[in-house]
Amino acid sequence: MSLLTIENLRVSFPGEQGAVEVVKGISFELGRERLGIVGESGSGKSMTGRSILRLIDKPGSVTADRMEFDGLDLMTLSNRRMRALRGARMSMVMQDPKFSLNPVMRIGDQIAEVLSFHSKLNARERRKRVLESLEAVRITDPERVYKLYPHEVSGGMGQRIMIAMMVILEPDLMIADEPTSALDVSVQAQVLDIMDDLVTRTGMGLIIISHDLNMVARYCDRILVMFNGEIVESCQASELANAQHPYTQGLLASMPTLDEHRDRLPVLDRTQLGGV
Amino acid sequence: MKSLVLTNAAADDPWKRRRQQSLRWLYSLGGFAATIAMTFLGLLAITFVIGRVVPIDPVLAVVGDRAPQDVYDAVRAEMGLDNPLIVQFIQYVGSVISGDLGMAVTSQRPVAEELARVFPATLEMATLGILIGVLVGVPAGVLAAARQGSWIDQVIRVLGLAGYAIPAFWLGLVGLALFYANLRWVGGPGRIDIFMEGIVPSRTGLLLIDSMLSGDWAVFRSAWSHIILPATILGFFSLAYIARMTRSFMLEQLSQEYVITARVKGAPERVVIWRHAFRPIRIQLVTVIGLSFAQLLEGSVMIETVFSWPGIGNYLTNALLNADMNSVLGATLVIGAVFIGVNKVSDLLYRILDPRAR
Repeated sequence: MSLLTIENLRVSFPGEQGAVEVVKGISFELGRERLGIVGESGSGKSMTGRSILRLIDKPGSVTADRMEFDGLDLMTLSNRRMRALRGARMSMVMQDPKFSLNPVMRIGDQIAEVLSFHSKLNARERRKRVLESLEAVRITDPERVYKLYPHEVSGGMGQRIMIAMMVILEPDLMIADEPTSALDVSVQAQVLDIMDDLVTRTGMGLIIISHDLNMVARYCDRILVMFNGEIVESCQASELANAQHPYTQGLLASMPTLDEHRDRLPVLDRTQLGGV
Repeated sequence: MKSLVLTNAAADDPWKRRRQQSLRWLYSLGGFAATIAMTFLGLLAITFVIGRVVPIDPVLAVVGDRAPQDVYDAVRAEMGLDNPLIVQFIQYVGSVISGDLGMAVTSQRPVAEELARVFPATLEMATLGILIGVLVGVPAGVLAAARQGSWIDQVIRVLGLAGYAIPAFWLGLVGLALFYANLRWVGGPGRIDIFMEGIVPSRTGLLLIDSMLSGDWAVFRSAWSHIILPATILGFFSLAYIARMTRSFMLEQLSQEYVITARVKGAPERVVIWRHAFRPIRIQLVTVIGLSFAQLLEGSVMIETVFSWPGIGNYLTNALLNADMNSVLGATLVIGAVFIGVNKVSDLLYRILDPRAR
């Protein structure tokens, strides 16, 4: 049985001229695998991720024929049971640790919070688990980092802390929404390797949302390409080169490689894609 | 390079680090005291200049306008007014520091003594007012933001608007007519019933506390029934402002990424709102509440007049009407000092509440 099944998911927000649909009826399944969702800004990929966790607030509206997580209907689940899922069985790493960590709380306390919401561990056990989770994301001096505030750590470390917070209860599904876009190129690979390592070790399902085709192709088993609120391409990561859809082909063609000589990089011809 | 090595060495040695830390504390404490002193000196300079430029001749106020020239000159010399300005300023600073604010012209009593009588009256009312403003206003603002667009939000917004639109004296008069004259729920104007005056010894000048210290509950009840209406009205105005600001700070917070993180972690809504959204805005609220409190401490002339409250607002107004410069300057000094004090306390709270400012 698949971990996550989505059929005909639609997300819309009220605009000045009627509702604007940002996700236009997408369907996909996810097992215990690594799925990459790629697309440009505004293609609806982040909204897809957030609607799985039911984080779309009013006035936005989410509809789907089916949205099931491990046999649970996410559309009709009560708020209380949804809260019990979040953080424990499904979680999300967001883009920039500068904004996604609470500036006035100590890092250790922020991680320990997850445990206090979902378990009955006492303070000492919670602390121990937090230190272990920091070690798991290759932080060498967890005792010191526990007491720091978010502004005292670097972006790469911040994102590792975010990952520790999101995997501490070993969820079944983790969504990483642009997990490396805010980081220096030099630490991007490090953060992704740690995430990849944890995913393989615990066997969770992972959705990486990104605009970086290369990165997604490297770290994922399967890829969905989104454009304008729809899924236009779905393929194994290894077969990305044989993509059928003109948008994907266009994206691939506009990436430079090291072993070629070109005067001008091709750009996407959007007039061709207008109907998509 | 050398200094880098040195600091690293210091960071490794716990004793050195502790000494560095306490040194840093000492420095910041010294800096703190220095800024207070400088600001206060600036305040003194302003009151001094005001005292010299207003077209009121302090000599005439003492000798009267029929005194012969030689008497006038003698008094002028006696008051030190023929010295150069800088000498006069130094004398002025010296006398203020020693607690001498001059004599009030109308009552012929030391200004310092009079201020010690009127300021506690205002302090008592303002403190009660700000307590009401904070204890009701902050939760109201948080609630309004958490339930944006609901009927609670609408009610709080209308109340906030009313706090801006309704004149204080009108609310005071209506309150007196209703709760004192008709319903007899509260005491009338003044701080206390006349026959209770002077029963408890004045230790702090705050009647509620003095009566509690003496254990005289009849006096406490009388003082309470007199203060509660004007304090509630003052509290209503600061409540309206504090709730409005809290609401807008909270709305800004609720759209922050780390609030979404809290939801992703599975936090109950109560925790999302109070721990994740509210904690960071305490820093901004300190400023808002501080300014609001300082404004109340200035003394609300309207409320103090309507309720015949012997506070500093009333005192300052009377002094101005009587051209009693010593009293005016003394009261201005007190109000300025209150502003400096409140600001410094907010600065300190800032450092405690915001880890980034430490």
